[in-house]
Amino acid sequence: MRFSGLKVLKEGLTGNKGWTPHWRDPEPKDAYDIIIIGGGGHGLATAFYLAKEHGLTNIAVLEKGYLGGGNVGRNTTIVRANYGLPGNSEFYSHSLKLWEGMEQELNYNVMHSQRGIINLFHSDGQRDAAARRGNAMVNQGDDAILLDREGVRRMLPYLDFDTARFPIYGGLYHPRGGTARHDAVAWGYARGADMRGVDLIQNCEVTGIDIEGGRVTGVQTTRGAIRAKKVGIVVAGRSSQVAAMAGMRLPIESHVLQAFVTEGLKPVIDHVVTFGMGHFYISQSDKGGLVFGGDLDFYASYAARGNLPMQEHVMEAAMTLMPMIGKAKLLRSWGGIMDMSPDGSPIIDKTGIEGLYLNCGWCYGGFKAVPGSGFSFAHLIAQDRPHDPAAGFRLDRFETGRGLMDEEGTGAQHNLH
Amino acid sequence: MRITCPICGERDRREFYYQGAASMLDRPDPDADGQVWSDYLHLRDNPAGLTRELWYHEAGCGAWLIVERNTVTHEIIGTELVEAADAD
Repeated sequence: MRFSGLKVLKEGLTGNKGWTPHWRDPEPKDAYDIIIIGGGGHGLATAFYLAKEHGLTNIAVLEKGYLGGGNVGRNTTIVRANYGLPGNSEFYSHSLKLWEGMEQELNYNVMHSQRGIINLFHSDGQRDAAARRGNAMVNQGDDAILLDREGVRRMLPYLDFDTARFPIYGGLYHPRGGTARHDAVAWGYARGADMRGVDLIQNCEVTGIDIEGGRVTGVQTTRGAIRAKKVGIVVAGRSSQVAAMAGMRLPIESHVLQAFVTEGLKPVIDHVVTFGMGHFYISQSDKGGLVFGGDLDFYASYAARGNLPMQEHVMEAAMTLMPMIGKAKLLRSWGGIMDMSPDGSPIIDKTGIEGLYLNCGWCYGGFKAVPGSGFSFAHLIAQDRPHDPAAGFRLDRFETGRGLMDEEGTGAQHNLH
Repeated sequence: MRITCPICGERDRREFYYQGAASMLDRPDPDADGQVWSDYLHLRDNPAGLTRELWYHEAGCGAWLIVERNTVTHEIIGTELVEAADAD
Protein backbone atom coordinates (compact mmCIF):
# COMPACT_ATOMS: atom_id res chain seq x y z
CA MET A 1 0.00 0.00 0.00
CA ARG A 2 1.40 3.37 -1.07
CA PHE A 3 0.26 6.57 0.56
CA SER A 4 -0.65 9.51 -1.65
CA GLY A 5 -3.00 12.46 -1.70
CA LEU A 6 -5.14 10.61 -4.22
CA LYS A 7 -5.32 7.57 -1.92
CA VAL A 8 -6.42 9.71 1.04
CA LEU A 9 -9.11 11.34 -1.13
CA LYS A 10 -10.34 8.00 -2.49
CA GLU A 11 -10.47 6.40 0.97
CA GLY A 12 -12.21 9.42 2.40
CA LEU A 13 -14.93 9.15 -0.23
CA THR A 14 -15.36 5.38 0.09
CA GLY A 15 -15.60 4.95 3.86
CA ASN A 16 -11.90 4.35 4.64
CA LYS A 17 -12.25 0.61 4.07
CA GLY A 18 -9.12 0.15 1.99
CA TRP A 19 -6.43 0.78 4.61
CA THR A 20 -4.35 -2.24 5.51
CA PRO A 21 -1.97 -2.98 8.42
CA HIS A 22 1.35 -1.19 8.05
CA TRP A 23 3.41 -4.30 8.77
CA ARG A 24 3.07 -8.05 9.20
CA ASP A 25 3.16 -9.87 12.54
CA PRO A 26 5.38 -12.85 11.66
CA GLU A 27 6.42 -15.82 13.79
CA PRO A 28 10.19 -15.86 14.41
CA LYS A 29 12.14 -18.18 12.14
CA ASP A 30 14.86 -20.52 13.48
CA ALA A 31 17.67 -18.49 11.97
CA TYR A 32 18.46 -15.13 10.36
CA ASP A 33 21.53 -13.53 8.88
CA ILE A 34 21.17 -10.55 11.20
CA ILE A 35 19.23 -9.97 14.40
CA ILE A 36 18.63 -6.46 15.68
CA ILE A 37 17.77 -6.41 19.38
CA GLY A 38 15.44 -3.49 20.02
CA GLY A 39 12.46 -2.30 17.98
CA GLY A 40 12.76 1.39 18.76
CA GLY A 41 13.57 4.21 16.37
CA HIS A 42 17.25 3.34 16.06
CA GLY A 43 16.69 -0.41 15.69
CA LEU A 44 13.95 -0.03 13.09
CA ALA A 45 16.01 2.52 11.14
CA THR A 46 18.98 0.13 11.25
CA ALA A 47 16.88 -2.69 9.78
CA PHE A 48 15.45 -0.35 7.14
CA TYR A 49 18.87 0.84 5.95
CA LEU A 50 20.33 -2.70 6.04
CA ALA A 51 17.59 -3.67 3.60
CA LYS A 52 17.59 -0.53 1.48
CA GLU A 53 21.27 0.41 1.34
CA HIS A 54 22.90 -3.01 1.63
CA GLY A 55 20.31 -5.35 0.13
CA LEU A 56 20.22 -7.52 3.27
CA THR A 57 16.71 -8.69 4.11
CA ASN A 58 17.06 -11.94 6.06
CA ILE A 59 16.78 -9.87 9.23
CA ALA A 60 14.69 -9.95 12.40
CA VAL A 61 14.07 -7.04 14.74
CA LEU A 62 13.30 -8.41 18.21
CA GLU A 63 11.29 -6.14 20.49
CA LYS A 64 10.37 -7.10 24.06
CA GLY A 65 7.27 -4.87 24.07
CA TYR A 66 5.69 -3.13 21.11
CA LEU A 67 7.41 -1.26 18.28
CA GLY A 68 8.38 2.28 19.24
CA GLY A 69 7.28 1.81 22.85
CA GLY A 70 10.51 3.12 24.37
CA ASN A 71 12.26 6.45 24.15
CA VAL A 72 11.20 7.12 20.54
CA GLY A 73 7.70 7.52 21.95
CA ARG A 74 8.76 9.45 25.06
CA ASN A 75 10.83 12.41 23.86
CA THR A 76 10.30 16.08 23.05
CA THR A 77 10.52 15.44 19.26
CA ILE A 78 13.28 17.97 18.49
CA VAL A 79 15.36 17.54 15.33
CA ARG A 80 18.54 19.62 14.90
CA ALA A 81 22.17 19.66 13.78
CA ASN A 82 23.72 22.33 16.00
CA TYR A 83 26.68 20.46 17.47
CA GLY A 84 30.07 22.06 17.77
CA LEU A 85 32.66 19.30 18.08
CA PRO A 86 34.28 17.18 15.38
CA GLY A 87 32.79 13.69 15.54
CA ASN A 88 29.37 14.92 16.55
CA SER A 89 29.14 17.71 13.99
CA GLU A 90 29.43 15.62 10.83
CA PHE A 91 27.21 12.88 12.24
CA TYR A 92 24.26 15.14 13.12
CA SER A 93 24.71 17.04 9.88
CA HIS A 94 24.32 13.77 7.98
CA SER A 95 21.36 12.80 10.14
CA LEU A 96 19.56 16.09 9.44
CA LYS A 97 20.00 15.55 5.70
CA LEU A 98 18.39 12.13 6.07
CA TRP A 99 15.52 13.78 7.97
CA GLU A 100 14.99 16.15 5.09
CA GLY A 101 14.48 13.27 2.67
CA MET A 102 12.77 10.91 5.11
CA GLU A 103 9.14 11.39 4.16
CA GLN A 104 9.85 10.75 0.48
CA GLU A 105 12.18 7.87 1.28
CA LEU A 106 9.64 6.17 3.54
CA ASN A 107 6.47 7.32 1.74
CA TYR A 108 5.26 8.19 5.22
CA ASN A 109 4.12 11.43 6.79
CA VAL A 110 6.31 12.00 9.86
CA MET A 111 5.14 15.62 10.10
CA HIS A 112 8.72 16.84 9.97
CA SER A 113 8.48 20.57 10.55
CA GLN A 114 11.59 22.71 10.05
CA ARG A 115 10.22 25.55 12.11
CA GLY A 116 13.64 26.62 13.35
CA ILE A 117 15.36 26.44 16.73
CA ILE A 118 16.46 29.49 18.71
CA ASN A 119 18.96 28.92 21.52
CA LEU A 120 18.82 32.05 23.67
CA PHE A 121 21.85 33.57 25.35
CA HIS A 122 21.89 35.86 28.34
CA SER A 123 25.45 37.16 28.78
CA ASP A 124 28.49 38.28 26.77
CA GLY A 125 30.19 34.95 27.45
CA GLN A 126 27.22 33.01 26.19
CA ARG A 127 27.09 35.22 23.09
CA ASP A 128 30.74 34.38 22.35
CA ALA A 129 30.01 30.67 22.79
CA ALA A 130 26.95 30.93 20.53
CA ALA A 131 28.96 32.72 17.83
CA ARG A 132 31.64 30.04 17.99
CA ARG A 133 29.07 27.25 17.80
CA GLY A 134 27.29 29.00 14.94
CA ASN A 135 30.55 29.27 13.00
CA ALA A 136 31.23 25.57 13.60
CA MET A 137 27.76 24.75 12.25
CA VAL A 138 28.26 26.90 9.17
CA ASN A 139 31.69 25.35 8.57
CA GLN A 140 30.03 21.94 8.71
CA GLY A 141 27.68 23.09 5.95
CA ASP A 142 24.63 23.59 8.14
CA ASP A 143 22.83 26.82 8.88
CA ALA A 144 23.17 29.20 11.81
CA ILE A 145 22.24 32.86 12.24
CA LEU A 146 23.28 34.95 15.22
CA LEU A 147 20.36 37.11 16.35
CA ASP A 148 20.71 40.18 18.51
CA ARG A 149 18.13 41.14 21.10
CA GLU A 150 15.91 42.96 18.62
CA GLY A 151 16.20 40.09 16.19
CA VAL A 152 14.92 37.72 18.86
CA ARG A 153 12.17 40.16 19.83
CA ARG A 154 10.88 40.26 16.25
CA MET A 155 10.57 36.47 16.17
CA LEU A 156 9.60 35.75 19.78
CA PRO A 157 7.71 38.81 21.05
CA TYR A 158 6.12 36.84 23.89
CA LEU A 159 9.38 36.38 25.85
CA ASP A 160 10.06 38.44 28.95
CA PHE A 161 12.85 40.74 27.71
CA ASP A 162 12.81 42.95 30.77
CA THR A 163 13.72 40.42 33.42
CA ALA A 164 16.60 41.88 35.40
CA ARG A 165 18.04 38.55 36.48
CA PHE A 166 18.40 36.83 33.08
CA PRO A 167 18.20 39.51 30.37
CA ILE A 168 17.95 38.15 26.82
CA TYR A 169 21.02 39.26 24.83
CA GLY A 170 20.13 37.38 21.65
CA GLY A 171 19.90 33.89 20.22
CA LEU A 172 21.50 31.41 17.86
CA TYR A 173 18.94 30.64 15.17
CA HIS A 174 19.12 27.28 13.38
CA PRO A 175 16.42 27.53 10.68
CA ARG A 176 16.61 23.89 9.53
CA GLY A 177 16.01 22.61 13.05
CA GLY A 178 12.49 21.76 14.14
CA THR A 179 10.29 18.91 15.27
CA ALA A 180 8.71 15.72 13.93
CA ARG A 181 5.90 13.39 14.92
CA HIS A 182 7.97 10.97 17.00
CA ASP A 183 5.77 7.84 16.79
CA ALA A 184 5.38 8.21 13.04
CA VAL A 185 9.17 8.03 12.64
CA ALA A 186 9.20 4.59 14.28
CA TRP A 187 6.16 3.49 12.29
CA GLY A 188 7.56 4.75 9.01
CA TYR A 189 10.85 2.88 9.45
CA ALA A 190 8.98 -0.22 10.66
CA ARG A 191 6.77 -0.19 7.57
CA GLY A 192 9.70 0.45 5.26
CA ALA A 193 11.70 -2.42 6.77
CA ASP A 194 8.73 -4.79 6.73
CA MET A 195 7.98 -3.99 3.07
CA ARG A 196 11.54 -5.06 2.22
CA GLY A 197 11.13 -8.40 3.98
CA VAL A 198 12.47 -7.70 7.49
CA ASP A 199 10.61 -9.66 10.21
CA LEU A 200 9.48 -7.33 13.02
CA ILE A 201 8.86 -9.56 16.02
CA GLN A 202 7.13 -7.97 18.98
CA ASN A 203 6.62 -9.35 22.50
CA CYS A 204 9.90 -11.18 22.09
CA GLU A 205 12.36 -10.42 24.88
CA VAL A 206 15.97 -11.44 24.46
CA THR A 207 17.09 -13.38 27.55
CA GLY A 208 20.53 -14.49 26.45
CA ILE A 209 23.18 -14.01 23.78
CA ASP A 210 24.87 -17.17 22.50
CA ILE A 211 28.61 -16.93 21.99
CA GLU A 212 30.89 -19.76 20.86
CA GLY A 213 34.65 -19.36 20.52
CA GLY A 214 34.46 -15.57 20.71
CA ARG A 215 31.81 -15.40 17.99
CA VAL A 216 28.11 -14.67 18.33
CA THR A 217 25.84 -17.49 17.13
CA GLY A 218 22.36 -16.35 18.10
CA VAL A 219 20.09 -15.28 20.92
CA GLN A 220 17.77 -16.88 23.45
CA THR A 221 14.34 -15.26 23.65
CA THR A 222 11.00 -15.65 25.38
CA ARG A 223 9.81 -17.11 22.06
CA GLY A 224 12.63 -19.63 21.70
CA ALA A 225 16.22 -19.69 20.49
CA ILE A 226 17.05 -17.91 17.23
CA ARG A 227 20.35 -18.36 15.43
CA ALA A 228 22.07 -15.48 13.69
CA LYS A 229 25.40 -14.71 12.06
CA LYS A 230 25.39 -11.13 13.30
CA VAL A 231 23.61 -9.45 16.21
CA GLY A 232 23.19 -5.73 16.81
CA ILE A 233 22.28 -4.36 20.25
CA VAL A 234 20.23 -1.13 20.01
CA VAL A 235 18.35 -0.95 23.29
CA ALA A 236 18.95 2.51 24.76
CA GLY A 237 17.71 2.58 28.33
CA ARG A 238 18.54 -1.11 28.86
CA SER A 239 21.95 -1.30 27.19
CA SER A 240 23.77 -2.42 30.34
CA GLN A 241 21.39 -5.34 30.92
CA VAL A 242 21.54 -6.65 27.34
CA ALA A 243 25.32 -6.17 27.07
CA ALA A 244 25.71 -8.11 30.34
CA MET A 245 24.19 -11.12 28.52
CA ALA A 246 27.34 -11.06 26.38
CA GLY A 247 29.56 -10.65 29.45
CA MET A 248 30.19 -6.96 28.82
CA ARG A 249 30.18 -3.99 31.19
CA LEU A 250 29.48 -0.67 29.49
CA PRO A 251 30.50 2.93 30.22
CA ILE A 252 26.82 3.71 30.70
CA GLU A 253 24.72 4.90 33.62
CA SER A 254 20.94 5.11 33.18
CA HIS A 255 19.26 8.35 34.22
CA VAL A 256 15.73 9.71 34.01
CA LEU A 257 14.83 12.74 31.89
CA GLN A 258 11.40 14.27 32.35
CA ALA A 259 9.15 15.96 29.83
CA PHE A 260 5.83 17.76 30.08
CA VAL A 261 2.87 18.72 27.93
CA THR A 262 0.08 21.21 28.52
CA GLU A 263 -3.51 21.12 27.35
CA GLY A 264 -4.03 21.91 23.68
CA LEU A 265 -3.84 25.64 22.93
CA LYS A 266 -4.18 27.80 19.86
CA PRO A 267 -0.89 28.40 18.00
CA VAL A 268 1.34 30.55 20.20
CA ILE A 269 4.92 29.23 19.94
CA ASP A 270 6.08 28.92 16.34
CA HIS A 271 9.63 27.63 16.89
CA VAL A 272 11.65 25.50 19.24
CA VAL A 273 13.02 27.83 21.94
CA THR A 274 15.65 27.05 24.55
CA PHE A 275 16.48 29.04 27.68
CA GLY A 276 20.18 29.64 28.27
CA MET A 277 20.19 30.18 32.04
CA GLY A 278 18.52 27.00 33.17
CA HIS A 279 17.60 23.81 31.45
CA PHE A 280 14.37 24.47 29.57
CA TYR A 281 13.24 23.95 25.97
CA ILE A 282 9.81 24.24 24.46
CA SER A 283 7.85 23.81 21.26
CA GLN A 284 4.18 23.48 20.39
CA SER A 285 2.86 20.25 18.94
CA ASP A 286 0.59 20.28 15.91
CA LYS A 287 -2.19 19.20 18.28
CA GLY A 288 -1.61 22.40 20.26
CA GLY A 289 0.04 21.12 23.43
CA LEU A 290 3.13 22.96 24.64
CA VAL A 291 5.81 20.27 24.86
CA PHE A 292 8.73 21.10 27.10
CA GLY A 293 11.48 19.54 29.13
CA GLY A 294 14.42 20.19 31.38
CA ASP A 295 17.55 18.53 32.64
CA LEU A 296 18.18 15.07 34.04
CA ASP A 297 17.08 14.38 37.59
CA PHE A 298 20.79 13.51 38.12
CA TYR A 299 20.67 10.14 39.82
CA ALA A 300 20.63 6.65 38.33
CA SER A 301 17.07 5.56 37.56
CA TYR A 302 15.06 3.07 35.55
CA ALA A 303 11.73 4.34 36.89
CA ALA A 304 10.61 6.21 33.73
CA ARG A 305 9.29 8.90 36.06
CA GLY A 306 11.09 11.65 37.90
CA ASN A 307 10.94 13.62 41.11
CA LEU A 308 9.50 17.00 41.98
CA PRO A 309 12.68 19.13 42.27
CA MET A 310 13.36 19.00 38.53
CA GLN A 311 9.70 19.64 37.77
CA GLU A 312 9.88 22.75 39.94
CA HIS A 313 13.06 23.89 38.16
CA VAL A 314 11.47 23.45 34.74
CA MET A 315 8.32 25.36 35.72
CA GLU A 316 10.42 28.18 37.22
CA ALA A 317 12.47 28.45 34.04
CA ALA A 318 9.31 28.47 31.94
CA MET A 319 7.77 31.28 34.01
CA THR A 320 11.01 33.27 33.89
CA LEU A 321 11.26 33.03 30.13
CA MET A 322 7.62 33.38 29.09
CA PRO A 323 5.28 34.45 31.89
CA MET A 324 2.26 33.78 29.65
CA ILE A 325 2.83 30.07 30.16
CA GLY A 326 1.47 30.42 33.70
CA LYS A 327 -2.03 30.45 32.25
CA ALA A 328 -1.62 27.05 30.59
CA LYS A 329 -2.64 23.93 32.46
CA LEU A 330 -0.15 21.09 32.64
CA LEU A 331 -1.69 17.92 31.28
CA ARG A 332 0.93 15.20 31.68
CA SER A 333 4.52 14.57 32.63
CA TRP A 334 6.61 11.51 31.96
CA GLY A 335 10.18 10.28 32.08
CA GLY A 336 12.44 8.44 29.68
CA ILE A 337 15.44 6.30 30.62
CA MET A 338 18.60 7.80 29.16
CA ASP A 339 21.77 5.86 28.38
CA MET A 340 24.28 8.34 29.81
CA SER A 341 27.87 7.93 28.61
CA PRO A 342 30.78 9.62 30.41
CA ASP A 343 31.28 12.32 27.75
CA GLY A 344 27.66 12.78 26.77
CA SER A 345 28.16 11.37 23.27
CA PRO A 346 27.01 8.03 21.82
CA ILE A 347 28.69 4.75 20.92
CA ILE A 348 28.35 2.92 17.58
CA ASP A 349 31.04 0.27 17.43
CA LYS A 350 32.05 -3.37 17.23
CA THR A 351 32.51 -5.26 20.47
CA GLY A 352 35.26 -7.69 21.46
CA ILE A 353 32.93 -10.47 20.28
CA GLU A 354 32.92 -11.22 16.57
CA GLY A 355 29.58 -10.53 14.92
CA LEU A 356 28.24 -8.56 17.90
CA TYR A 357 27.72 -4.83 17.38
CA LEU A 358 26.76 -2.13 19.84
CA ASN A 359 24.72 1.07 19.46
CA CYS A 360 24.07 2.88 22.74
CA GLY A 361 24.85 5.92 24.88
CA TRP A 362 22.53 8.40 23.17
CA CYS A 363 22.15 10.33 26.42
CA TYR A 364 19.27 12.80 26.02
CA GLY A 365 19.79 13.33 22.27
CA GLY A 366 18.68 10.15 20.59
CA PHE A 367 15.57 11.25 18.70
CA LYS A 368 17.19 13.54 16.16
CA ALA A 369 19.84 10.87 15.61
CA VAL A 370 17.38 8.14 14.58
CA PRO A 371 18.06 8.22 10.80
CA GLY A 372 21.80 8.87 11.09
CA SER A 373 22.24 6.21 13.76
CA GLY A 374 20.30 3.64 11.76
CA PHE A 375 22.23 4.48 8.59
CA SER A 376 25.64 4.29 10.27
CA PHE A 377 24.87 1.20 12.36
CA ALA A 378 23.59 -0.62 9.26
CA HIS A 379 26.83 0.30 7.49
CA LEU A 380 28.92 -1.02 10.39
CA ILE A 381 27.00 -4.31 10.55
CA ALA A 382 26.90 -4.87 6.78
CA GLN A 383 30.47 -3.88 5.96
CA ASP A 384 32.28 -4.49 9.25
CA ARG A 385 33.82 -1.03 9.17
CA PRO A 386 32.54 2.25 10.56
CA HIS A 387 30.55 4.69 8.47
CA ASP A 388 32.61 7.89 8.17
CA PRO A 389 30.21 10.33 9.90
CA ALA A 390 29.95 7.98 12.91
CA ALA A 391 33.59 6.90 13.01
CA GLY A 392 34.16 8.99 16.14
CA PHE A 393 31.63 7.07 18.24
CA ARG A 394 34.19 4.55 19.43
CA LEU A 395 33.74 2.38 22.48
CA ASP A 396 37.41 2.67 23.44
CA ARG A 397 37.61 6.48 23.48
CA PHE A 398 37.21 6.62 27.24
CA GLU A 399 40.14 4.27 27.77
CA THR A 400 42.45 5.96 25.28
CA GLY A 401 41.23 9.50 25.86
CA ARG A 402 41.40 10.05 22.10
CA GLY A 403 38.35 11.54 20.43
CA LEU A 404 36.31 12.30 23.53
CA MET A 405 33.30 14.39 22.53
CA ASP A 406 32.41 16.40 25.61
CA GLU A 407 30.05 18.86 23.98
CA GLU A 408 29.22 20.58 27.28
CA GLY A 409 32.84 20.92 28.33
CA THR A 410 32.20 19.58 31.82
CA GLY A 411 34.63 16.65 31.76
CA ALA A 412 34.22 13.04 30.69
CA GLN A 413 32.80 11.80 33.98
CA HIS A 414 29.57 9.94 34.59
CA ASN A 415 27.77 12.33 36.93
CA LEU A 416 28.50 15.48 34.91
CA HIS A 417 26.28 15.03 31.85
CA MET B 1 12.79 11.44 47.18
CA ARG B 2 14.10 11.96 50.72
CA ILE B 3 17.41 10.69 52.04
CA THR B 4 18.21 10.01 55.67
CA CYS B 5 21.62 11.35 56.59
CA PRO B 6 22.98 9.37 59.56
CA ILE B 7 24.10 12.66 61.11
CA CYS B 8 21.32 15.14 60.17
CA GLY B 9 18.27 12.90 59.77
CA GLU B 10 15.78 12.76 56.91
CA ARG B 11 16.32 15.53 54.38
CA ASP B 12 15.13 16.66 50.96
CA ARG B 13 16.99 15.11 48.02
CA ARG B 14 18.05 18.59 46.92
CA GLU B 15 20.47 18.85 49.85
CA PHE B 16 22.53 16.03 48.37
CA TYR B 17 24.94 15.81 45.45
CA TYR B 18 24.93 12.54 43.50
CA GLN B 19 28.38 11.17 42.73
CA GLY B 20 27.66 7.71 41.32
CA ALA B 21 28.19 4.03 41.99
CA ALA B 22 29.84 3.15 45.32
CA SER B 23 32.33 1.08 43.36
CA MET B 24 34.26 4.39 43.18
CA LEU B 25 35.44 3.54 46.74
CA ASP B 26 37.29 0.46 45.45
CA ARG B 27 40.17 2.45 44.07
CA PRO B 28 42.75 0.38 42.16
CA ASP B 29 46.36 0.26 43.20
CA PRO B 30 48.25 3.27 41.82
CA ASP B 31 50.51 0.88 39.88
CA ALA B 32 47.62 -1.10 38.39
CA ASP B 33 47.65 -1.11 34.61
CA GLY B 34 45.71 1.35 32.47
CA GLN B 35 42.95 -1.11 31.65
CA VAL B 36 42.13 -1.57 35.35
CA TRP B 37 42.05 2.18 35.90
CA SER B 38 39.94 2.77 32.82
CA ASP B 39 37.43 0.14 33.89
CA TYR B 40 37.27 1.69 37.36
CA LEU B 41 36.66 5.16 35.97
CA HIS B 42 34.25 4.41 33.15
CA LEU B 43 32.53 1.02 33.33
CA ARG B 44 29.47 0.57 35.52
CA ASP B 45 27.24 -2.33 36.56
CA ASN B 46 24.28 0.07 36.18
CA PRO B 47 21.76 -2.29 37.79
CA ALA B 48 18.00 -2.04 37.32
CA GLY B 49 17.09 -2.69 40.94
CA LEU B 50 19.21 -2.47 44.08
CA THR B 51 22.31 -0.33 43.85
CA ARG B 52 24.86 1.24 46.21
CA GLU B 53 25.80 4.84 45.50
CA LEU B 54 27.87 7.70 46.82
CA TRP B 55 25.96 10.84 47.77
CA TYR B 56 27.43 13.97 49.36
CA HIS B 57 25.43 15.95 51.91
CA GLU B 58 26.40 19.20 50.28
CA ALA B 59 23.80 21.49 51.88
CA GLY B 60 24.03 19.76 55.24
CA CYS B 61 26.86 18.30 57.31
CA GLY B 62 29.21 17.70 54.35
CA ALA B 63 29.41 13.95 54.96
CA TRP B 64 29.86 11.41 52.17
CA LEU B 65 27.19 8.72 52.34
CA ILE B 66 26.69 5.29 50.88
CA VAL B 67 23.03 5.13 49.91
CA GLU B 68 21.44 1.79 49.09
CA ARG B 69 18.60 2.47 46.71
CA ASN B 70 16.28 0.82 44.21
CA THR B 71 16.69 2.39 40.77
CA VAL B 72 13.34 1.03 39.56
CA THR B 73 11.14 2.24 42.44
CA HIS B 74 13.32 5.08 43.86
CA GLU B 75 12.95 3.46 47.30
CA ILE B 76 15.82 4.28 49.68
CA ILE B 77 16.78 1.08 51.50
CA GLY B 78 19.42 2.47 53.84
CA THR B 79 22.23 4.96 54.31
CA GLU B 80 25.55 4.84 56.08
CA LEU B 81 28.58 7.10 56.39
CA VAL B 82 31.47 6.32 54.07
CA GLU B 83 33.88 6.85 56.95
CA ALA B 84 32.09 4.31 59.14
CA ALA B 85 32.22 1.80 56.30
CA ASP B 86 35.93 2.48 55.85
CA ALA B 87 36.55 1.90 59.53
CA ASP B 88 35.19 -1.67 59.39
